[in-house]
Amino acid sequence: MDLTLSDTERAFRDDVRGWLADNHPGPTPTDDDAAFAFRRAWQRRLNERGWAGLSWPEEFGGAGATQVEQAIFYEEIARAGAPQMANTLGLAMGGPTVIAHGTDDQKSRFLAPILSAEEIWCQGFSEPQSGSDLASLRTRAVRADGGFRVTGQKVWTTWAHQSKWCMLVARTNPHVSKHRGLTYFLMDMEQDGVDVRPLRQITGESEFNELFIEDAFIPEEHVVGGVDNGWSVAITTLMHERAGLAFALQVDVHIQLRQLGELARERGVIDDPGIRDRLAQLHIEAQVLRLNAYRGLTGVMNRGAPGPEGSLGKWHWAEVNQSLAELAIDILGPESQLAHPPWTYRFLRSRANSIEGGTTEILKNIVAERVLGLPRA
Amino acid sequence: MNFELSEDQRDIKRTAREFLAARYPWDEVRRLALEEERGFTDAQWDEMTELGWPELGDLGTVELIVLAEELGYAVAPTPLPSTWAASRLLAAAGEDERLAGGRRAAIAQWEPGQRAPDAPALAWEDGSLSGLKVAVPDAAAADLLVVTVAGGRHVVVEAGAPGLSITRSESLDTTRRLYEVRFDGTPGEELTAEDWESPWLAITVANAAESVGVGQRAMEMAVAYAKERTQFDRPIGSYQAVSHPCAQMLLEVEGARAAVYWAAWALDHEPETAPVAASMAKAYAADAGRRVTSAALQVHGGIGFTWEHDLHFLLKRAHANARMYGDAAWHRGRVAALSL
Repeated sequence: MDLTLSDTERAFRDDVRGWLADNHPGPTPTDDDAAFAFRRAWQRRLNERGWAGLSWPEEFGGAGATQVEQAIFYEEIARAGAPQMANTLGLAMGGPTVIAHGTDDQKSRFLAPILSAEEIWCQGFSEPQSGSDLASLRTRAVRADGGFRVTGQKVWTTWAHQSKWCMLVARTNPHVSKHRGLTYFLMDMEQDGVDVRPLRQITGESEFNELFIEDAFIPEEHVVGGVDNGWSVAITTLMHERAGLAFALQVDVHIQLRQLGELARERGVIDDPGIRDRLAQLHIEAQVLRLNAYRGLTGVMNRGAPGPEGSLGKWHWAEVNQSLAELAIDILGPESQLAHPPWTYRFLRSRANSIEGGTTEILKNIVAERVLGLPRA
Repeated sequence: MNFELSEDQRDIKRTAREFLAARYPWDEVRRLALEEERGFTDAQWDEMTELGWPELGDLGTVELIVLAEELGYAVAPTPLPSTWAASRLLAAAGEDERLAGGRRAAIAQWEPGQRAPDAPALAWEDGSLSGLKVAVPDAAAADLLVVTVAGGRHVVVEAGAPGLSITRSESLDTTRRLYEVRFDGTPGEELTAEDWESPWLAITVANAAESVGVGQRAMEMAVAYAKERTQFDRPIGSYQAVSHPCAQMLLEVEGARAAVYWAAWALDHEPETAPVAASMAKAYAADAGRRVTSAALQVHGGIGFTWEHDLHFLLKRAHANARMYGDAAWHRGRVAALSL
């Protein structure tokens, strides 16, 4: 066991830290559209430095970094308080899926604009009737001249209104078992058959959208991984989502925890024994999240797969992030009845953490069945 | 960066798992816990001495916790953890030769009514001790005691010293003997060390590692039972009301293990991180041990509440461990002091 960084890793960390100190773009604007443009510009700068697709292979415009270097990068971004990049889903899911399953033409067409944030990506998986049971989805894709005609409805589509491409899973064969008749498409969002309607959340904002698809066209060459093979391609995407984002999520917890300590100090409750106990517990849980994230990474590097702890990250993160926001609300006390950004927003937003990207119940099923070997529910 | 154990560390773990499984089947754990006066036999101690286990802490804290976890997994009744703990303090004072030849030792830490582990008040004047220590593990089997006294000092008392009386207490966890130790003008020798903090942290982390092993064993028993026990014509593990608590056990056991490994590594390689790491590990592992064993009992239902079933040994060990060297709340206080 060796938890120190290697010389190469330390050099990389110093490089990132120094660069961020010189190139930090300042605070993110509060207006949604301005914030998105700001994050787009920030991603462009990181891409010029070769860091937007840090862990992507070099031949596709990435830096070929190791998992640990990717983790170091996230930590340094967090440490510097630098903004998120704009094309998160393209970078963490879309690109890696095209790299793993795409044709050469798809790789040369799609990858570079993901890195430069020129083309933003969104994900069309969930449907109103297909949440946890994703494979039951009903959006239909029917063969048409040179491709497919798609009709259906998607929901919880992050950044759909900013997106050029949608990773869309649709049913191409209704006559086989539900997992076998699905296809993974890259759908152009800029066409008449695609109607994006903002979905207002309990926070009052519209981070997500509903997607109404009516006879939209997808050319044959935008099928990824073969017709009727969409389930396994989608699973790759979800695995990338969980592995890649798990690390970034724990970093975000550490940033918020620092801010929460400041809040407790400002509000004069830092010495309150109950508050201190909960703050300490959160520091411990956040550290456990970080350690398990690293354990997962070194497991992948040594054995090609994370150990049992790899299945726990997202579920644990959701619990920790929710407790963190609840503590903030308790620290604010009676004034938490009033809008008190960012904490009242985070409190509401965190309620989705145990639902989005796999509900906690589904993740517990996965751990129970695949890690502990318990019989299926 | 690599979170995996080295080849040597894996060897220690494998040897320990095999040895302990052979020597401490449940029948033997039960016999030692309920019938053996000191809770262990000389033959068992001699074997551990031959394996070099009492000195294992000299190899490194990671090596120590690898074995400590396995001791917890086996719920082995043995004075080894007590001896380790005392040996860390003796080593810090350069006095570890006092344990040469397989001698055993224990730490006398708690005084009646105390909750904080770092505020001993026992009288130490003119080279002699007076007062009462409680919940002293394995005191009757110890060749010497390290006693914490007023002012945060450490005093060594040899077994059989004048004015020393040791009385067995009825302990919740029968796999570890606890004693009342009374000093009445008992002569002792003060230990001096430049750094008392590091040995205490190592002791704390080793205890947390035991709790990880206890939790691991309880989880495995609960999962095995959930697969085999059927009600309403289905294995109970197919019900989410049962399987989800089992998944929660994995979350807590793996979390505790990660924190304990990290703290042990920090003690060996990054001492500035060790204080917060050790307290995080102890707090998390103490809570995890208690919760996992309680949840495992719930999964077992009525059978888990019987004396005949073995699960209660794990539950009680987890509760006892959670109290040693500062409980979870006390260690969270340390984390707050170091992090906020």
